[in-house]
Parts: sequence; structure tokens; C-alpha cells
Amino acid sequence: MNQQERLAAAEQGLWKPLPLIRDARYRWLLIIAAVVYLLLAVISIDVNWARVAEGLSRGMNFIAAFASPDFTSRGGDILDGLIESLTMTLTSTVIGILLAIPVGIGAARNIAPLPVYLFCRSIIAISRTFQEVIIAILFVVMFGFGPLAGMITLAFATIGFMAKLLAEDIEDIDARQVEAIRATGARWLQLMNYAVQPQVMPRLIGLSMYRLDINFRESAVIGIVGAGGIGATLNTSLSRYEYETAAAILLIIIGIVMATEYISSHVRKWVQ
Amino acid sequence: MLTLTDLTKRYSTGDRALTQVSLHIPEGQVVALIGPSGAGKSTLIRCVNRLVEPTEGRITLSNTELTSLSSRQLRCARRRMGMIFQEYALIDRLTVMENVLSGYLGYTGFWRSFLRRYPQPVVSEAFRLLQRVGLEPFIDKRADELSGGQRQRVGIARALLQSPEILLVDEPTASLDPKTSRQIMRLIKELCAERRLAAIINIHDVALAQLFADRIIGLRAGEIVFDGLPDQLDAEILTRIYGEEDWNTAAEPEAEIESDLEAVDTRVQTDAAGLKRSVPAVGAV
Amino acid sequence: MPVRYPDHSTNLADARWKLHTTRKQILIWLAWLLGISLFLLCWKQISDNTMWVFVEDAPRQGADLISRMLPPEWSYAHLLWKPLWDTITIATLGTLLGIAMAFPCAFLAARNTTPHGLIRSAALMVIVSSRSINSLIWAMLLVTILGPGILAGIIAIALRSIGFVGKLLYEAIEEIHPTPVEAIAATGASRMQVMSYGVLPQVMPAFAGISIYRWDINIRESTVLGLVGAGGIGLQLNAAINTLAWDKVSIIFILIFATVLVSEYISAKVRKAFI
Repeated sequence: MNQQERLAAAEQGLWKPLPLIRDARYRWLLIIAAVVYLLLAVISIDVNWARVAEGLSRGMNFIAAFASPDFTSRGGDILDGLIESLTMTLTSTVIGILLAIPVGIGAARNIAPLPVYLFCRSIIAISRTFQEVIIAILFVVMFGFGPLAGMITLAFATIGFMAKLLAEDIEDIDARQVEAIRATGARWLQLMNYAVQPQVMPRLIGLSMYRLDINFRESAVIGIVGAGGIGATLNTSLSRYEYETAAAILLIIIGIVMATEYISSHVRKWVQ
Repeated sequence: MLTLTDLTKRYSTGDRALTQVSLHIPEGQVVALIGPSGAGKSTLIRCVNRLVEPTEGRITLSNTELTSLSSRQLRCARRRMGMIFQEYALIDRLTVMENVLSGYLGYTGFWRSFLRRYPQPVVSEAFRLLQRVGLEPFIDKRADELSGGQRQRVGIARALLQSPEILLVDEPTASLDPKTSRQIMRLIKELCAERRLAAIINIHDVALAQLFADRIIGLRAGEIVFDGLPDQLDAEILTRIYGEEDWNTAAEPEAEIESDLEAVDTRVQTDAAGLKRSVPAVGAV
Repeated sequence: MPVRYPDHSTNLADARWKLHTTRKQILIWLAWLLGISLFLLCWKQISDNTMWVFVEDAPRQGADLISRMLPPEWSYAHLLWKPLWDTITIATLGTLLGIAMAFPCAFLAARNTTPHGLIRSAALMVIVSSRSINSLIWAMLLVTILGPGILAGIIAIALRSIGFVGKLLYEAIEEIHPTPVEAIAATGASRMQVMSYGVLPQVMPAFAGISIYRWDINIRESTVLGLVGAGGIGLQLNAAINTLAWDKVSIIFILIFATVLVSEYISAKVRKAFI
């Protein structure tokens, strides 16, 4: 329908909004493809309804357990796991960020030479592609069970996360300021210190706080594959069907995440 | 037709925006509301359709008492009052036609409006309104693709689709250049005459107010300090509305406004930039 | 000249140091001291719980691992298409389910659209709980309730997505322009109509962007859900690791890597199209 016809129709009171995709064939192709995909996907969910029915009562028990969480009967385990998670979080964030700074600088196209750039970008790609748990499996094999493997995992994941954002930040900085400092005859390190650092610092601190928060949440899962932390305690309590303890652990995790979020929002405000 | 009785608004901060404002507007009268920034012009307009809840007083629109309505009745009452905004307040990502049709929302159910299934007569009425304001070729354009004056005309068409009895107009020209401002004001004036609509136009530009309004009300610190015909507006009254000291510094535009309407008219057309310069001197008090 | 230059610079330095008062300087040093000792304390805690013999062995273990991973057993790949399909299904359906629940939640949680303060707190609580708990933990819970399988994975992904999408969306809702909303309310529109005409068009691009971004993240997350029995390629990964079949593990890694790269590419493309 061309413009004139649409206007004439609208004058008669016949009007419909233009569809998002103008080309009708393309539109229907997309709709049909989406429907077919969804149908196939739903069909491939293979549900054992008997098992679900049996499990529902267990689910009810679990939800009920949140009303009476049990912090005490495995209090020692929970405390150990928690301390391990928190120490892993802190050390991995610090180490990860320290290592992410050189990688991030190396991955910024505007200040790094090409071979360095490619090398740093591939570290970032690997670190970001694989879920923390997969990396944890490898590090557990290499370093043995325990928090060290977990810490290295989280530090590695932190490098990918922080270095990518840092590199993007550096690529976005104001080029005139860099040139101004370079024009004074500053050396490379001085250039970093005077021209780059002041521009990216506030955001870097904000991101560090955010990553601290993420690392704590991740530290609660990598325990499942033996990398220490509260995840191991949680896993054990679930496999023993001790729902009250599991509920207590989950509540603690939620509480700590809320607290870190609160603190980090304050720190970010204070930095800016 | 619209009667305000002892209308008072106190904000929760304790600021008194309006104090015991009473006025009556008969059918078909175009009223310009002038006064310095913060005098309560916007609050007054927003109290009428209760976008701002008045603290005390009564508002009566053709025998309907507005302040005591339930939220459902209020929606019915709001259909009878079209509102036009300073920043046009269009939905940027919707098309011109959708923006105009949104004026009909008060009359239709959620799903019909969500699916854009508007009755045939409503759509053709919307189209006629767009024709009237000269925008019918743009029905499928997104609102953010239009210029300021065009957007304001879409806003006017939206308000008119409500088939209102009164127009509440909040600073219609504040974001427009002088020429477009005049065109918009003239359009509003013409439409009010065609449809026998009353209007309250809250405006900073005293010259425009004098040109296009039947009656002028001056508001200062939440109280009515002047209510009369446009040609009664003189230096003494402007001083009463806008204040003494600052008024003295704006001696030149004051003289121009005092001069007869013809003179102002030609000046606006020949020296648009000059007028624009003189406006803040009047309004910035 | 060489005499004046250092003189000048010391003056400058003096002027600069005045920016920090002595008191503030001490506080900054104290904060550093505290931070470093906390870090060392944590480090000691970890080091006490570590068997350093294993760590010394790590390079050899790593080299050994890589040698066993290479060459990947390519013939195993054709058994992985179904698990990969399941992984994508988990991510896609989980995301759809998640955004369907996050959407109303965000409107209830945004300060300018919530019907009541108490409802707002409840919605925020849902969002925070969902965000705090990793999808793998949700999967662990759901597997004990629903039994192993894709369904547990889909719901786990959905539950985790509520918090992510909900938080970003309610922040977007709180940042909309208020005047168009006022204008729609002034026409006599009902509450729902104000939402659909005044608010929805303003947040739609943000909503689409957030959803597709979460889908991209969910592809990554769903690759590991199988480790706790919630379906997808993680099941094969778990089996391969348990049987120490590292040449199969490496082919799974390659597949995951490729899938995530493709999903990231699609997500970036679609997001660009919406802005």
C-alpha cells in the first residue's frame, strides 16, 4: 500500500499502524521460523511428570524451610565455608584487578602495538567465554581441591571482565589530553600516569566494587566442583536433603549480596 | 462554565503555590494566564485536571465538581479537558497518528487501545484534525522526526480528539521560535472559536497574550493580582504582576507593549529576533 | 636557568601537597594499611587450606592435561549436536520465561509506576533474591525437586534472569521522561493505558537490548547446568571429566567456545539494530 492509498484509507477511518518489518514476505518468514523453532524447542523438553509430581512435595518442604532456616546444626561448616568464600572473593578481586590493568592496557588498540593487542584480546576472549565453573574444573585438576583453585579461577575470570571494560574505556579516552601530555616529552609510564589514569580511574573503582560483588556470588558456586567456599557446604546440604540448612545458606548469601551492593553504591558515590 | 472557588495548593514542602484563587470562565473564552516564573501558573492549570491535587477549594466544570471525584469519574472528567504542553509531551517513538489517537484513550478499553483497534469514525476524525493542522502527510512518521512547531500541532490535534469543552494550555510557545509561536497561538485561537472552546493559556510572552487572548489574568505568588481585558494592561499593572525593580530595567520592551497592537504585530514580523530578546526581560523576573 | 628550574618545581610541589591536609593523608595511609593487612590475612587463610605439594606439581599437571586433551577426538562431535541444541533451548526458553516474569516485576519495582510502596519492596526483594543466587544453585535446587532434565535448567535460567532483567528494566523505567506520561494521564486514560502508551514505548528499546544481552549470558550459563544434572552439553562435559576422557573434554570446549562467540555476535548485532 503506498502513501496515497494509506492517506485515503485513513480518511475513511481505516488505519492500522505500519508493521515493524515492512517487507511482508520477510516478516512472515521470521514469524514462521520463530514459531517452528519454539515448537521444536518445547517438544524437545522431555518431562518425567511422575518424577515432577513426586518432587513437588519436596519442593513444598524446601519453600517451608525458608520459614525456619537452620543456622546452627551445621553452623561450623557454614562459618568455614563463608570465611573461605569471603577470603577467596577478596584476594581474587585484588589479584585479578592488578593483573587486569596490564592486560587491559595491552588490549587497548590506541596505545598497544598489534602483537600485544592480539595476545591480550585472546586472553580476554578465553576468560570471558568459559563459565567460571568450567575454568574451576581445570584449575582444580591442576592445583588440587581447595580455595586456591577457586581463587585462581575467580582471579582469571576477573581479568577477562575488568580488562575488557578497561580496554574499552582507554580506547574511549580523550585523545587531546594524551597528545597534550605526549607533547611535553613525557615517557610512556608518565603518559599512562598523567593522561590515561585520571580519565579511567573513577570508573575503574566503580567496576572493581561491582566485580567484588560478582566474585562473591560466583564463589558460592565453584565449590560444587571442589574449588572451596560456601558452595561446597550448600551442595552437601542439598544432597543430604537438609533443606533448613540450605535455606539458611541461601539467606546468608542474599544478605551478603545486599550488603555489598549497598556498600558499593556508597563507595561509587564517594569516588565520583 | 469552569469555576474555581478558593483554590489553594500547598506542596508537602510547605510552599504555598496557590492561595484562595477564585475565577469563572464562560464558554468560548480564551484566557491568558501571565505572571513571573514560580507564580503558580502551571500549578493552577494542573490543579484543574488534577494532575496536581489541590489542597483546598472547589473546581466546577459544567456542573461537575471535580475535586471530589473518584478515580474512575476523574478519568471521565479529564476527557472533557484537553491539555497542551510546553515540551509537546508527545510519545517520541509512536507515530503521529498513534499520538493523535491517544487523545481517545479515555473513551476506549485497554485491549482495543493496546491493539490500536480504534473505531472507524474516530480514525477519520483524527485524520480530519491532522488535515486541519496541516500534518496529514505525516501520519506514519515518528513523532521525534518532526520539528518543534509540527510536534506542537500534533499535541493540539491530540487534545482536540478528546472533543473537550475546555483547553488547558501550558506554555505552548516556550520551546518555539517567535514566528512558529505566533502560528501556534493563532491556531489555538481559531480552533477555540470554531468549536466554541474555552481555554486557559499559561504564557510567558505578554505580547502574544495581548494579541490572542480575550481576557488576561495576572498571577503573582499564587494570588490573582489582575483580571481584565488585554488593552487594560499597562505599565502599572505589569509592575503589579512582575515586580518593581526588575521592571524598571526593562523599560524599553515595556514601552513597546504599551504601544498599540498594530505596532507590536509588525515588529514581531519584521524583527523576530528583537522580540525574542525582549521576552526574557519581561518574563525573567 | 638550571638553578631556577628546580626552584620552580619545588614551589609547585609545595602548592600541590597542600591539597591534602595532614589529617586526610594519615587517613589515606591508614586505609591502605588496613586494606593490605586484610588482604594478607585472607591470603594466609587460603594458604593454610592449601596443599602446597599439589601446587608445586601444577605446571606438570597442566602440561599433562594439555597433552591428554590434544588431539581432540573429533569423531565424538556428532554425538554433541543434540546436547548443544538442548543447551540453546534451555537458554532461549529460560530467557523468554524469565523476561515474561521480569517485565511485570520491573513495573512493580520502579518508583514511578509501582502501585504501592509495600508492593515495591516485595518486587525489589524478588529481584535481589533472584540476582544473588547463581543459576547453577537454582539448578541444583530444581533438580532435587523436579528431577534431572532440561525443564529444571530452563526454570533455573528463568529464575536467575528475573533479577538481571528486572533490575536493569526498572532502572530504565525510573529514567523515562515524565511529561509524556502526564500527557497520557491528562487524556483520561486508565492506569494500564498510561503504562502502555506513556511508559512502554519509552522503555521498549532498553527492554529489547537487556533481554538479548541476558540471552547471550544465558547461553554461557546453560553450558554448565548439566554438571548438576539440569540438561544440556554440561551433562556430556561431566561424563567426560568423570571418565578422564580429556580428548572429549577438549572437543566440548571447542564447541562451547564457538557457540558463545556466535551468540555474542548475534547479541551485539541485534542490540545495535535496536539503538
